[in-house]
Amino acid sequence: MELLAFGDTGWGDELFYATLMTIAVSITAMLIGFLFALIFTPLKLSKYKIFNFIGNFYTTVIRGVPELLVIYLFFFGGSGAIMFVASMFGYYEYIEINAFITGSLAIGIISGAYSTEVFRGAVQSIDKGQFEAAKVLGLSKFTQFYKIILPQVLRIAIPNLSNVWQITLKDTSLISVTGLVEIMRQSYIAAGSTRDPLFFYSFAAVLYLILTFLSMKLINRLEIRYSRGF
Amino acid sequence: MNKLKRTIFSVLASLLIIGSVNANDKIKIATEGAYPPWNSKNEAGKLIGFEVELAWSLCRYIGRQCEIVEQDWDGMIPALQLRKYDAIMAGMSITDERKKVITFSQGYADEVASLAVMKGSDLEGMETPAGINLTKPDSAAKKALKTIEAGLAGKTVCTQTGTIHQNFLESGDVGKINLRTYKTQDEVNLDLEAGRCDVALAAAVAFVDYAEKSGKPVVLVGPTFSGGAFGNGVGVGLRQAAQMGENTTLGKRDAELLRAFNKAIDQARKDGVISRLAIKWFGFDASM
Amino acid sequence: MDLELILNSLPKLLPAALVTLKLLISSLIIGLIIGLGFAILRLNKNIFINKFAYGYSYLFRGTPLLVQIFIIYYGLAQIEYLRSTFLWAIIKEPYWCAIIAFSLNTGAYTSEILRSAFQTIKVGVIEAGKSLGISNKIIFYKIQIPIAIRQSLPAYGNEIILMLKGTSLASTVTLMDLTGVAKYIISTTFKPIEVFIVAGSIYLFMTFCIHNLIKFLEKKYSFSN
Repeated sequence: MELLAFGDTGWGDELFYATLMTIAVSITAMLIGFLFALIFTPLKLSKYKIFNFIGNFYTTVIRGVPELLVIYLFFFGGSGAIMFVASMFGYYEYIEINAFITGSLAIGIISGAYSTEVFRGAVQSIDKGQFEAAKVLGLSKFTQFYKIILPQVLRIAIPNLSNVWQITLKDTSLISVTGLVEIMRQSYIAAGSTRDPLFFYSFAAVLYLILTFLSMKLINRLEIRYSRGF
Repeated sequence: MNKLKRTIFSVLASLLIIGSVNANDKIKIATEGAYPPWNSKNEAGKLIGFEVELAWSLCRYIGRQCEIVEQDWDGMIPALQLRKYDAIMAGMSITDERKKVITFSQGYADEVASLAVMKGSDLEGMETPAGINLTKPDSAAKKALKTIEAGLAGKTVCTQTGTIHQNFLESGDVGKINLRTYKTQDEVNLDLEAGRCDVALAAAVAFVDYAEKSGKPVVLVGPTFSGGAFGNGVGVGLRQAAQMGENTTLGKRDAELLRAFNKAIDQARKDGVISRLAIKWFGFDASM
Repeated sequence: MDLELILNSLPKLLPAALVTLKLLISSLIIGLIIGLGFAILRLNKNIFINKFAYGYSYLFRGTPLLVQIFIIYYGLAQIEYLRSTFLWAIIKEPYWCAIIAFSLNTGAYTSEILRSAFQTIKVGVIEAGKSLGISNKIIFYKIQIPIAIRQSLPAYGNEIILMLKGTSLASTVTLMDLTGVAKYIISTTFKPIEVFIVAGSIYLFMTFCIHNLIKFLEKKYSFSN
């Protein structure tokens, strides 16, 4: 148990902060993923072939390549790309993107591909009649979308989004290359330093289980809320 | 016009929460934090080790502020080229292969490599000279290589990926090896102890440190290696000025940093700082 | 972008893709057996057996694969008692550790897929079988299982692709699979982008093939035929 002591003698406080970091990165990545979904879902549903192609390219490539590779490519390629863009503006300094943003973006890109698929499926499963009915009622486009369509999309999407959340949460274990100290990296360091991998990796597993358990409880609540009236 | 472009860009950058844009006043030095006693992390989560202390000293000599950052070994050189940091101090030996892509300051310490086994291995008592130099191997060294080749035959040999040790084992100097490579030295140690590895190759001090801390019977066998694939000591890894163009602002700055590190190492050596730190962390004077 | 490196790394990466495929297929076969076993346990009325099967799937679905593989590879090796048993012959090998981790992981997901497929089979189908005087055992093996397999094909197809991507973690326990060899090439060339693009394209190609294979099977076994 002294391995988990807080303070300078054990790994307790380090692992505690690492857990907070995992939560923070997962949430940020999930939100970034929603942003991506907001862009790519309409593209995938668009009437225009070229937009379809862009949308499909994103979801197919990201979901078809190991997360580890996506993260590495983003880590090494992403900042190169940003610097390249910057150099076109005559800016040659190094642009520091902190580890948190890098990590969240890398996971967010992956998370976004899965979210896009979920939203596309949800929108497509809504009865066409709903759109028509909303029109007939003379509601504005804005009201149509926010009051009629979105609640239904969310209701259908939430169970599947909870899967995306689980994927996102677990994928954060792969971002050690970015130098961000989350649960997995901290356990890795502790296991190496104390030569007790069994204890630290098992403890990491327990931390992840707690996180998945708590988030499931929370999502179930949301599900109940959005299913009201059905 | 240029000013406008810059303004547009700055706004864009801040929108993207890209963080501090001008980080040039601090020298960022990367280390692995997983290669004790060169560099490692303690229970308080702090980076410690020979190179961590040496880095702080060198910064004082240079007279600029520093920040030490962690970077996994496998991304060490690519991330330097991407300017994620300005210098590497991570037990990185100066080799021709690496010099193709980055540059090095003068060496600050000798990395003496050695094979290690667990007590009871039949490799114990392998008869070789105490040390061999591979730059121009003499007959004794050549004979030692033959002895090692015979000893390693049929054994699983482990080492860290992307190191001089891997280069040596793949060079053919000791025949064809059943090689297994790991992300960190910590993992090599764990598998040596577990018995998945029959023999491992790394800096001798890395094994000594491991044996001391774990209390496990890890024994050094065979000669210590230097020269040839093992490079010419450990130095500060820096970007080549030519990467950005020698006459560009950044290229000039990279060249300037190389000069600053070389000068700082000279001073640190003269003042006995490197020797003192080496004795503190390695138990002997590995300075050069 | 170094085109020469891209071309030069292909001959090294393609054989490594075979290692990846071998890992994938072995894990899928063992995982399918495990998954089927646990899916049947999940349908058991005994609450302990049921909870045990649920616990297994929860444990493996609720933790990252990387943690699982590290526990099996580095964690188990730490138990000195284990090293003196015959099990060590298996756990000693990185290849088998990877297979064990992947099989247990995909087994957990497969058990969930099959369970929900079993549960959605209409009672009528089973009743029909019974009324024809077919024994319960034969109904289960000849009717329920084939229908369940057909119904779970799309979800299982996704699982295969997730597992293909999961095998990339074999490189973290020294195996030279596609990702392992890619990392190796990077360690000597220091050019991650080029090499990962090639490796990524190979993965993408494999995903594409799996995707189409599943589509083909779905059509072939669709109920309308």
